[in-house]
Amino acid sequence: MPLSTSSNFARPDDAFRAIVEAHRGLTEEQSADFDAALVLILANHIGDIDVLREAIGLARRRMIDGQQQQQQQQ
Amino acid sequence: MAQAKTLPVKTHQAKAQFGYRRHPDQDRASQSPAEHPVVIVGAGPVGLSLAIDLAQRGQRVVLLDDADRIGEGSRAICFSKRSLEYWDRLGVGDRMVAKGVVWSVGRIFHGESLLYQFNLLPEDGHKRPAFINLQQYYAEAYLVDRIQDLPAVDLRWRNKVTALEQRNDCVALTIETPDGAYRLHAQYVIACDGARSSLRQMVGAEFAGQVFEDQFLIADVKMTAEFPTERWFWFDPPFHAGRSALLHRQPDDVWRIDLQLNRYADPVVEKKPENVRPRIARMLGHDEFEFEWISLYKFQCRRMDRFIHGRVIFAGDSAHQVSPFGARGANSGLEDAENLSWKLDRVLRGTSPASLLESYHTERSMAADENIRESTRSTDFMAPNSHQEARLRKAVLSLAKETEFGKRMVNGGRLSVPCSYDSQLSSRDADSWRGGPPPGCSMLDAPIAEQSYLTDAFRKDGTDFTLLSFSNGAALDPPDGVRNIRIGGSGFADPSGLVAQRYDAEPGTAYLLRPDGYVAARFRHPTREAIAAALSRAQGLN
Repeated sequence: MPLSTSSNFARPDDAFRAIVEAHRGLTEEQSADFDAALVLILANHIGDIDVLREAIGLARRRMIDGQQQQQQQQ
Repeated sequence: MAQAKTLPVKTHQAKAQFGYRRHPDQDRASQSPAEHPVVIVGAGPVGLSLAIDLAQRGQRVVLLDDADRIGEGSRAICFSKRSLEYWDRLGVGDRMVAKGVVWSVGRIFHGESLLYQFNLLPEDGHKRPAFINLQQYYAEAYLVDRIQDLPAVDLRWRNKVTALEQRNDCVALTIETPDGAYRLHAQYVIACDGARSSLRQMVGAEFAGQVFEDQFLIADVKMTAEFPTERWFWFDPPFHAGRSALLHRQPDDVWRIDLQLNRYADPVVEKKPENVRPRIARMLGHDEFEFEWISLYKFQCRRMDRFIHGRVIFAGDSAHQVSPFGARGANSGLEDAENLSWKLDRVLRGTSPASLLESYHTERSMAADENIRESTRSTDFMAPNSHQEARLRKAVLSLAKETEFGKRMVNGGRLSVPCSYDSQLSSRDADSWRGGPPPGCSMLDAPIAEQSYLTDAFRKDGTDFTLLSFSNGAALDPPDGVRNIRIGGSGFADPSGLVAQRYDAEPGTAYLLRPDGYVAARFRHPTREAIAAALSRAQGLN
């Protein structure tokens, strides 16, 4: 099963909001710790290494796009 | 295992001393050196085991070592079930197990609390335990003793290879001894001369890989203690804040303690006994111990690109080096020896083409890659490389307290199991199987009588190709030269039903086992032709 990138939540704003609110009141350091734990929990729930790798690839492309933008600005 | 900076703590470190003896080969004119089929360089666990194995197969072996002693520290201590089964075939298994400390349970702690425990052999019906702990010097001494029974092994101490020249039909070696240099010709040279292999340099091969910056302090201490015979591993223990620690029992009331140090720690300062002592005392809660051995390590995971260079074949640490968390160093070297021995024997006899040796490189490369991958992951988990890696590890450790998946992600060393080979020597399954070891996997042990196991039958019937067949009333004749182990009918009983269960066997099922105990092929309805074809493939004949 490939990574699903279609919208899966009936109310996507609720999901986004739930994650945002979970970070409320946390320091940068705590936020990063929280994200690390959340990523591991969700990765295990997916339980499919191919889907996980695809998701990592999709996320990694943000970093590459970001670097290219930075280079263009310079 | 790793590059060691060993500090002798006591002066009497040699555990056994052997005499140099002049050999008639040294009296020959240098233009007409003695010719030998096999010269093994390095009398460590791998070289010694390989020499015994080849001698048992009828080969004459010259085994050279540049030292004349066994000694300096316990070094490798964990020997796997697989290694013990191999040593059974070499006639030293009982002695190793009798002296060794048997264990199968590991516990992992975080801070003061137990995160989880694992049992590496949770089922009965195996001759050998998951692991024994035994100081490497005992293992080597028992192997040297065994060699005394084998006139075909010519073990020469203080014989140091100083030059090597590859020719079309042999390797020409120059060997330095206390009486000066002499020359030898060998059809094959097997380099078992360790991580700092001088033969590897002589063939000009690279040894590339990863160096870990963190330093680890290994201390073997002698004490009487009440700790159970288990492998205990701590992340961030109260006695060694922020780092990892390992405690493991060896024979003679000796305990292996492994403490992770700061990567900037000064080795000279850190390994002084007066600085090591308080750390260990904090860990043990008392000061009543003596040092046997102290050593400071940086770990490396690396391998040669090719294990075969012309007529020089590399085995053990000379070919591949791993960090020690997983007992993959000596055990994988012994697996190299058992993989190479039967192939080299066949090539020397001319019953298989020299190309069979290529499968040694292919199969053991896969194993080396797996071992390097596993030990790199363990070492990275123990010594995270970045702030974010440390953060992810912290998340795993904290999740492990309340979730099963978290426990399984904690990596305090994944212990050595035999690698599976995706090999040109294997015949693919043509039938359907719900279990059992597929081609390319190691055979499984099971009881065949009171106090008797399948691995005993495999060993007693010799170590050539073996057909393990499950009786269906009709006796199946294996091809010439293949031994038969029959289960059921007029053959061995299967008192617990575990043989049939572990091999997913039905009446008529047959497994073709290689001399190293790997499955070459398996059949639901074997025919002579199908077995002969699989045998031919496994012998590198087509």
